[in-house]
Amino acid sequence: MHFLFKTRYEQDIALFKHGGQRFWYAALAVALLAAPWLLSEYTLSQITFIGIYAIVCLGLMLLAGFTGQVSLGHAGFLAMGAYTEAYLQANGWPFVISLPLAALVAGITGVMIGLPALRVKGLYLSIATLAFGFILEQAVVSTEAITGGNAGMQLGKLVIAGIDFDDGSNFYYLVTFIAVLCVLGVVNLLRSPTGRAFVAIRDSEVSAQSMGINLAHYKTVAFALSAALAGIAGALYAHKIRFITPDQFGFLQSIELLMMVVIGGLGSIQGAIFGPAFWFVVQQLIVTGKDWLPEALGQQTGLQPTIFGIILVAIVLFEPLGLYGRWLKFRTFLEIFPFYRKGMFRRQKSYMKSERMK
Amino acid sequence: MTTPLLEAVNLSVHFGGLKAVNDVSFDVWPNEVFSLIGPNGAGKTTIFNLISALYRPTAGEVRFEGEVISRMPPHVVARHGIARTFQNIELFEHATVLQNLLVGRHCHRHTGWWQDLLFTGSVRRAELEFRRQVEEVIEFLDLQHYRDSMVAGLPYGVRKVVELARALAMRPRLLLLDEPSSGLNTEETEDMGFWIEDIKEDLGITVVMVEHDMSLVSRVSDRVLALNLGEVLTLGTPEEVQAHPGVIEAYLGGTADV
Repeated sequence: MHFLFKTRYEQDIALFKHGGQRFWYAALAVALLAAPWLLSEYTLSQITFIGIYAIVCLGLMLLAGFTGQVSLGHAGFLAMGAYTEAYLQANGWPFVISLPLAALVAGITGVMIGLPALRVKGLYLSIATLAFGFILEQAVVSTEAITGGNAGMQLGKLVIAGIDFDDGSNFYYLVTFIAVLCVLGVVNLLRSPTGRAFVAIRDSEVSAQSMGINLAHYKTVAFALSAALAGIAGALYAHKIRFITPDQFGFLQSIELLMMVVIGGLGSIQGAIFGPAFWFVVQQLIVTGKDWLPEALGQQTGLQPTIFGIILVAIVLFEPLGLYGRWLKFRTFLEIFPFYRKGMFRRQKSYMKSERMK
Repeated sequence: MTTPLLEAVNLSVHFGGLKAVNDVSFDVWPNEVFSLIGPNGAGKTTIFNLISALYRPTAGEVRFEGEVISRMPPHVVARHGIARTFQNIELFEHATVLQNLLVGRHCHRHTGWWQDLLFTGSVRRAELEFRRQVEEVIEFLDLQHYRDSMVAGLPYGVRKVVELARALAMRPRLLLLDEPSSGLNTEETEDMGFWIEDIKEDLGITVVMVEHDMSLVSRVSDRVLALNLGEVLTLGTPEEVQAHPGVIEAYLGGTADV
């Protein structure tokens, strides 16, 4: 086991805590850069999807995992980003302007949806965001003049500064670059007062208030940022798919996003990336595995949702901290081998929460 | 000194027909330890919630340095320099002790979220300054050992101290302690007594506390307010209050009950 000897306060707010982390993240960066040469076009395209979904999940993680506001309407924000991008591109706006605008439009929608969050909590908030997701989907269907309604919308070629970004590896680099920027932004937030305020609101609203945290302000900021990230992902998603229809942004999409975040591990940035990565890998395994199964089972409709459902139940039961939590345990096991104990990560149950303020 | 630090003027709060606090007035002078005592349901914690503006008074008002604070939102009251702890500990459980204390510095922040997003130079400088200030509190309360521990894994006695530390990290002018010794053993209670004395003497912070442990109350308090059923029984030095017949009756039951 290594012991970190801290001599300066800067070490606690540094992006990388020690040389080992620096090494592994550098290795990851090299692997990401080299991916187009090493992987098939199909795999690269799947990784691009993981990158896009990681951006949405990052937003949802910020909201659900760090601020404690569960949203069941995130597909709506994705739609706002996708349609803003499609509309602006059709009207000749360059990507470097339309992408921030897509984030802005989604962010403003996020503020609007965040308003009920100032009044309702927990399950009621989920229902409110769920309803808002439906409203947004319907709004997209009915504003045919802008969105093309159910007929959908076709996106043109994505060209930035004369370079064709519809090409597989170029688009992969674009998505990876934006995803890395988004991760850095969220990491920055979480190591600064804003992120601490989010966590404070998640853990105890009463004492957050008494610490001088303006609940309304920070909840609104959380919703806005989360929606803006979904908007960015939506714009990239639109370019990836190249043809968008309202039913891609339905209720199921919202549920899937939330499932990815829970599977990845609520309350960790890594979880927002592990979640979608796991999702796409398992999806791929199911598609490949189908042929190996007996026909009665393999060709069954609803095989995929059933398997994901089972995985989710298993995770909630056995690993509430998700994949990232599992990884932490494994790492600790290696670090302090052979002294790992089974109960090391078990949290003491607290029955002492004040009920008086409710 | 002419104005008291904190004034409660004819304070009342009614929940439906229940008069939880009824026409209570008192004032707290700078640099004193002021205790609220009374049997369960006397309205002590309700008064705390009125001071920190979590409840709105039905009648009357609370003033801090002459300014009415009972109509302000709770986070604005905190910014005026009023910190508090809770009876049942309201820490941010899934964060480390250090992060909890840093939240205490929140009302002294002057950067916006957009600066935090980029982690600009001013955010970095402010963070280092916050850390330095928090370390002073950690040293004051001997929490060095727990700095990087998750609150969820700490024993009750330590959490109690962490909560006090978080309130102190705000560098308040008025500190509200809701039963600082509840759930602590004799030794920890004694430490708590020393700390309260130090907070008053060394840090110059005025303390208002709700407490059941009479030995702690008489050791540290300058003045004691006894309440029963939402009304003031008496106000005075610890000895006077303990000898007051109404207080004895409220705690032990009247002669009629025997």
